Amino acid sequence: MTRHFLKASVLSACVLACTSVGTFAAGPAVEIEKVQWPFSGIRGQFDKAQLQRGFQVYKEVCAACHGLNRVYFRNLTQPGGPEFPEEAVKTLAAEWPNQITDGPNDEGAMFERPARLTDPIRGPYKNEKEARSVQNGAYPPDLSLITKARSVERHAHWTVHPFLMLGDIAKGYQEGGADYMHALLTGYVDAPADVTVGEGMYYNKAFPGHQLAMPSPLADGAVTYQDGTPETVENYSRDVTAFLSWAADPAHDQRKRIGWQVLLYLLVTTVLLYLGKKRIWANVKH
Amino acid sequence: MSGHTSSYEPTSRWGKWWDERLPIARMMHGQFVDFPTPRNLNYMWTFGGILMFCLVAQIVTGIVLAMHYQPSDTAAFNSIEHIRRDVNYGWMIRSMHAVGASMFFVAVYIHMFRGLYYGSYKAPREVLWILGVLILLIMMATAFLGYTLPWGQMSFWGVTVITNLFSALDTIWDGLGTGIVEWLWGGYSVSGVTLNRFFSLHYLLPFVLTGVVILHIWALHVAGQNNPTGLDIKAPSETVPMHPYATSKDIVGLFVFIMLFAWIVFFAPDYLGHADNYIEANPLVTPPHIVPEWYFLPFYAILRAFTGSFLGIPLGSYAKLLGVLAMFASVFILAFTPWLDTSRVRSAKYRPWYKIAFWGFVFTCLALGYLGSKPAEGSYVMWAQIFTVLYFAFFFPILPLLGLYETPKPLPRSISESVLGEGGHAMPAGAAAAPEKR
Repeated sequence: MTRHFLKASVLSACVLACTSVGTFAAGPAVEIEKVQWPFSGIRGQFDKAQLQRGFQVYKEVCAACHGLNRVYFRNLTQPGGPEFPEEAVKTLAAEWPNQITDGPNDEGAMFERPARLTDPIRGPYKNEKEARSVQNGAYPPDLSLITKARSVERHAHWTVHPFLMLGDIAKGYQEGGADYMHALLTGYVDAPADVTVGEGMYYNKAFPGHQLAMPSPLADGAVTYQDGTPETVENYSRDVTAFLSWAADPAHDQRKRIGWQVLLYLLVTTVLLYLGKKRIWANVKH
Repeated sequence: MSGHTSSYEPTSRWGKWWDERLPIARMMHGQFVDFPTPRNLNYMWTFGGILMFCLVAQIVTGIVLAMHYQPSDTAAFNSIEHIRRDVNYGWMIRSMHAVGASMFFVAVYIHMFRGLYYGSYKAPREVLWILGVLILLIMMATAFLGYTLPWGQMSFWGVTVITNLFSALDTIWDGLGTGIVEWLWGGYSVSGVTLNRFFSLHYLLPFVLTGVVILHIWALHVAGQNNPTGLDIKAPSETVPMHPYATSKDIVGLFVFIMLFAWIVFFAPDYLGHADNYIEANPLVTPPHIVPEWYFLPFYAILRAFTGSFLGIPLGSYAKLLGVLAMFASVFILAFTPWLDTSRVRSAKYRPWYKIAFWGFVFTCLALGYLGSKPAEGSYVMWAQIFTVLYFAFFFPILPLLGLYETPKPLPRSISESVLGEGGHAMPAGAAAAPEKR
């Protein structure tokens, strides 16, 4: 079977080479830079310090418009995340500007109260309608899943495409969404001379269509880091993207750790089973 | 094989008591322990066991997920996130189920290509093969229903597009298609009502599938397994007992498969999915490209190949209907393979032309899969049309014609000869009937 498969592969390759090359060529695409994240690939893990800085950027910049409703304050203390001390997160929750609507109380009225560890990280708007009315019709999406809800389209000639796919699986490439976020946050450039940017819109080289309603959120020195990391847009963007990647996949570190244990177990067992099979078939011609 | 009797002998009083009342242990022993299997089976024959594992894995993970999932349009998406974030090891169970569906199709497609390559569909295994096609259909229905449940953008729009296909029947009888679509939806659009009924059916179908799988295995154990030579078993010495021989090989194949499975579950859990499905369903926003899961892409490409004109032939208002019919036909035609193939030789090993046609067919399926993932525009449409023609051409006229005009290579007289070489076992009288000579 293997031999047939090889033959077939060679045959297909010839067919590929002969047919009109270039008919499936991909359209013009924005090149999204592939970032070497600490959590990239099959062995990467989150960098706790980076997640903490990333949360700071989210809190001081993004939270002005975007919520993080699927992440609870308690998650910020959990292993595999930013791992802030519990007391600090309690204070953070209590002081979070967007309070929790609770109730009804004994008088039947809804009321606002400070957030607790068990509450989600709310954005400034009660609902989409309020957000759109404040933001000139634009809707700042919740960021809890944003790095998973975006991806990078892989463009390659159709003869190369299968190898690209296999390569992505082998390397465990799952950071397309993060790469896109980073490209977007650092992608604000002056519009080319022949492009008219709409009113209330901003030009971004990574955004599909290049015009979006969000102004460039980051500027050098806008957030003061405590650990001496250079305060540049590049670093802010990387840190907040790392934080949002964790927010979208809080089990990430555990997943990869368990993955290696599972694969090690499977590998040893498979080898033993194979040796057993050889032994059983040793005297049977087949 | 049907004449095979179990060598089971109960040893305990308990065992004898049962054996006289319900000899289930006797049956299991006869069918899965000392059942004779051809000694020359290769690793391609381990996919039956692998598929059994896939089915059980999907049912077990699915039952656990259903304990935490809420089938309602307002809660479904949130409950999946609840499973991913708050349920103990929920992220793992959910990945196993989602990736498991893909792995199920990987295995079933290899299993089917193996059947095509070695002619496993030919007499006396036609019913076995047709049951297999039925299993594929039920699998497709189950996978399609299951993909709606996360209630993400791709779930919602995928269901909208695919269920809408039935409206093509309006071309035949005005109102028929629309009626069916509204009946499926339970309303005038895809809604929470649709989600509810799809969840119910998604939970039901795997058990229907299990029933058909039991019939499939029954039919297999009547005819016995085919083997790489495609020859019938002529002597007991050409077989080995299923246990420990076939089982020891099956489990090696299974574990290699599980390694690939685990790799994707732990290192690339979202690779086979679509980013848009992490956005909650929104009936007011259509995603730029609506694509089904990868395992439906070849069929999707066939569906979309029927645009206003097909390779220059204008189709007019029948385009949609023809596309839908072609898509269903591309699955149903498999059921007729036993009669479309006129060759008396089973295995492609001895059929030089068929072997080329087979690999051409494999390439056609992969090409259609690639084209299904691309937008239906420009040269993609033309290539999808060409490969659609090639897909059907494999079944007709290539299969019937090959059987008539191909000269097969000389067949070994028996499995023994092919395994042991020239000095093989002496043949029982009349065994060398040379089936390649018509």
